[in-house]
Amino acid sequence: MKTYYDPEDLKKFGKIADFQKPLADKFFDYYGAVFQEGALTAREKSLIALAVAHAIQCPYCIDAYTVDTLEKGCDEEQMMEAVHVAAAIRGGASLVHSTQMMNKAKELSM
Amino acid sequence: MKSLKARSNQFSNPEYELEVLESTENEGQLFSDKLANVGLYPLKPTQIEILQINMGKMCNQVCKHCHVDAGPDRKEIMTREVMKACLQVIRQHLVKTVDLTGGAPEMNPDFRWFVEEIRKISPSIKIIVRCNLTIILANPKYHDLPEFYKKHRIEVVSSLPYFTAIKTDSQRGEGVFGKSIKALEMLNEIGYGMPDSGLILNLVYNPAGAFLPAAQSALEDQFKKKLWDLYQIQFNSLFAITNLPISRFLEYLVSSGNYEGYMEKLMEAFNPVAAQNVMCRTTISVGWDGYLYDCDFNQMLDLKVAAQNSQHISTWNQQALTGREIIVRQHCFGCTAGAGSSCGGATS
Ligand code: SF4
Ligand code: SF4
Repeated sequence: MKTYYDPEDLKKFGKIADFQKPLADKFFDYYGAVFQEGALTAREKSLIALAVAHAIQCPYCIDAYTVDTLEKGCDEEQMMEAVHVAAAIRGGASLVHSTQMMNKAKELSM
Repeated sequence: MKSLKARSNQFSNPEYELEVLESTENEGQLFSDKLANVGLYPLKPTQIEILQINMGKMCNQVCKHCHVDAGPDRKEIMTREVMKACLQVIRQHLVKTVDLTGGAPEMNPDFRWFVEEIRKISPSIKIIVRCNLTIILANPKYHDLPEFYKKHRIEVVSSLPYFTAIKTDSQRGEGVFGKSIKALEMLNEIGYGMPDSGLILNLVYNPAGAFLPAAQSALEDQFKKKLWDLYQIQFNSLFAITNLPISRFLEYLVSSGNYEGYMEKLMEAFNPVAAQNVMCRTTISVGWDGYLYDCDFNQMLDLKVAAQNSQHISTWNQQALTGREIIVRQHCFGCTAGAGSSCGGATS
């Protein structure tokens, strides 16, 4: 079966360095640093990542951060609430743009 | 739910379990090779400090992940005769801690007698009971267990996989969370887990599925806050334990299609520091029938200690046991993944 997304490809993420190592190294260093315990806990960062994964609809990230949030001690209720945050922002972002539509419509209407 | 044994499930057969575990050799690495790479093979004890005694496989619960395959249908329990042989070893002050486990150790009719005898030998020896909490409410004859623990200054270690009913009950059985909370309230009421009481109440977290536990300290903070906010419950420490791929958890891994992925994860997360601190280096585990093992997991896989003439509590030979080689197999990867895992939680 040929598909655009294969779960096995997630394991090959590190291989992006094969084509361009210096930039990949920089990226992975940065990535690692971002998820360290900081002003936000590693658990909070993992939930944010899970929400963003849904917002950008990346199946690899959804898989990866479902595992990661569970392994940071989150439960399904917390995980779903994080996804709702992503959904609310996405929905809100569409709806708030309707003010532009409203402005334009009003401008054109008698 | 019944035990694997009562269902005649093949995962109740240690030989079959080991066969499944050894089949991962091709995929990944041998645990013994991993130990050899960090200079720890053959694995030897450092000093025997803990005697972990499995008082029987009988339990009022049938948790999905149970590595003992315990349950109400299991009738194997330790006799007074075997306990007397344990007391003989304890009397020689060869160990600092006696860790009572099961099944539900309290269901053994000689449990209280045994604890009293241990306490008579030494007022200072540490006695731990792995109490599943619900046993306290299971029958009026157990309602005074908290008082009994307190009287003999027993340290209580209890499983609570999560601070919500849905996750706890999915692993430990319908209604277990509510009863566990009630039991924790009873323990708190007489001082267990309360600051400065000297009565220690530790909780055990283990993942409700095929994933690794979170960092112990972060989980402890989360549990402390949630249990206090929601139920005004206090406890001392939280131990984060990794599920070892044996018995009911192994059966779950294989039947849910998670086995390969889980083993891969454990292997990838191999931590040499955790390997140095595996609990079998300081523990001897006694089975309900008196046989000796490197740990409770090896006990369930029927891998008796490799110490000639000292495989039974009645023939305990300190020198032979201290000099033995610990038997390791692929399930041991569960003890060395990430921050490591033991009956006392993380090891690094
Ligand atoms: S309470 Fe403990 S011994 Fe009993 S079934 Fe659950 S995990 Fe096994
Ligand atoms: S499973 Fe037992 S023998 Fe293996 S490393 Fe863990 S404690 Fe030691």
